[in-house]
Amino acid sequence: MFDFVAILGQWPLLLHGVMWTVILTVASAPVGVAAGAAFAWVRADGPPWGKAIVATYVELIRNTPFIVQLFFLFFGLPAAGIKLSPEASSILAMVINLGAYATEIIRAGIEATPRGQLEAASSLALTRLQTFLHVVLPPAFAKVWPALVSQIVIVMLGSAVCGQISTEELSFEANLIQSRNFRAFESFVVATAIYLALSIALRRLLNWLGPRFLFGRSA
Amino acid sequence: MNIRRRGLLRRGLLLGMGAIAGQLAVGTSWAQAALENILKTKKIRIGVPTDFAPYGFVGPDLKPRGLDVDMANYIAAKLGAQAELLPVTTANRIPYLQTKKADLVISTLGKNPEREKVVDFSIAYSPFFIGVFGPKSIAIKAPADLAGKSIAVTRGSVDDTELTKIAPAAAEVRRFEDNNATISAFLAGQTQLLATSAQVASTVMSRNPQLGTEYKFLLKDSPNFIGLAKGEDALRARINEILADAKKSGELEKLSQKWLGRSTGDLPE
Repeated sequence: MFDFVAILGQWPLLLHGVMWTVILTVASAPVGVAAGAAFAWVRADGPPWGKAIVATYVELIRNTPFIVQLFFLFFGLPAAGIKLSPEASSILAMVINLGAYATEIIRAGIEATPRGQLEAASSLALTRLQTFLHVVLPPAFAKVWPALVSQIVIVMLGSAVCGQISTEELSFEANLIQSRNFRAFESFVVATAIYLALSIALRRLLNWLGPRFLFGRSA
Repeated sequence: MNIRRRGLLRRGLLLGMGAIAGQLAVGTSWAQAALENILKTKKIRIGVPTDFAPYGFVGPDLKPRGLDVDMANYIAAKLGAQAELLPVTTANRIPYLQTKKADLVISTLGKNPEREKVVDFSIAYSPFFIGVFGPKSIAIKAPADLAGKSIAVTRGSVDDTELTKIAPAAAEVRRFEDNNATISAFLAGQTQLLATSAQVASTVMSRNPQLGTEYKFLLKDSPNFIGLAKGEDALRARINEILADAKKSGELEKLSQKWLGRSTGDLPE
């Protein structure tokens, strides 16, 4: 009754889809997190107008659906003369989306910095940027890393809707396969299994990367 | 079952069969009279689409317009009769003929063996096709010219199947979720070309004349025929005569150019 060979026989399409899902995630996650850290700093320690801009951005993005943001970039921006390829629109939408959530997650970590550490930094004559990068940010990352990793995984899974604007990621290919051979059940079971494997792999990778490169394990 | 009841049953069956035979006889004689009827009453009932631009749709004046509507009025005029237009849908156009509610159905009707069992067809009068469309500024004559061009198509549609068959590997086929997304991508300039049915393309062209979209080449052709009730041979012969003349005089070509922006091509007899 079930014909998984019909799906697995299409492995070049599936592989192509996995490749694009990985590219979208790898391209958007570092930029999204960096943007989140920068915006979090502005929100915690920036000028009032900077705080207002970041707050508007965060509220706008966190209170609208990802697919609408994606459609706006792809179908809407050309009206303003800005034409982005489906792939560029997808990556940009993911960066913007992750940036907003990461801002709030990292801000929580920043606000938990003990006052004594800031006083210690200023007594060492560190500039505000140095204080942020070396004293505030690493322990903030350490505190919120699990939440941040979850958000990155959510954004990767969210890339499934990028197929709507013809980015050939995994869901797009699963959909393409099932629209050609009408094996919807098998096609989506296979896609689900691949997404699960990707999520677990991404989570493990980030849990390994974070302590090594963003913050010390002891922090 | 007792004898009496069996007798009743048989009598009932005979009566029923007789009634059917009688109706058939009446039906045939009436059917063959369709042409006579039209000529006598100077009225012809024609089923046309009203939700299928550019073949049949409701214009701003709330009157039906389109290629099929023009065709219906043309045929009525040639028969010296007034056209009584009946709006039909894809699902009910054949029943309209079977129940003799319409003399003709001119509604993008394609011919296939299943339909030929229940209704008769005239010769073809207009093309229905899937093609590649794009702006005048891009020169596209054949599938090979698609190399390096981006084409929007609806994933999993017949359009997609046909395009995938002929598109060279260097063509950038962009597959979207539904017709609206496909059209939006093309209108936003996200793709250079559009692969779709003549029906969808005509809507795009008429609503966005500034883009200068034109027909490029054919992906699949399935011409339209006029449908008639089974056994209306006299009427069918007359309709075929009118269509053959219209083909010769260029009237069919003119209609196709007017509504579809494309030649009728080689219409089958």
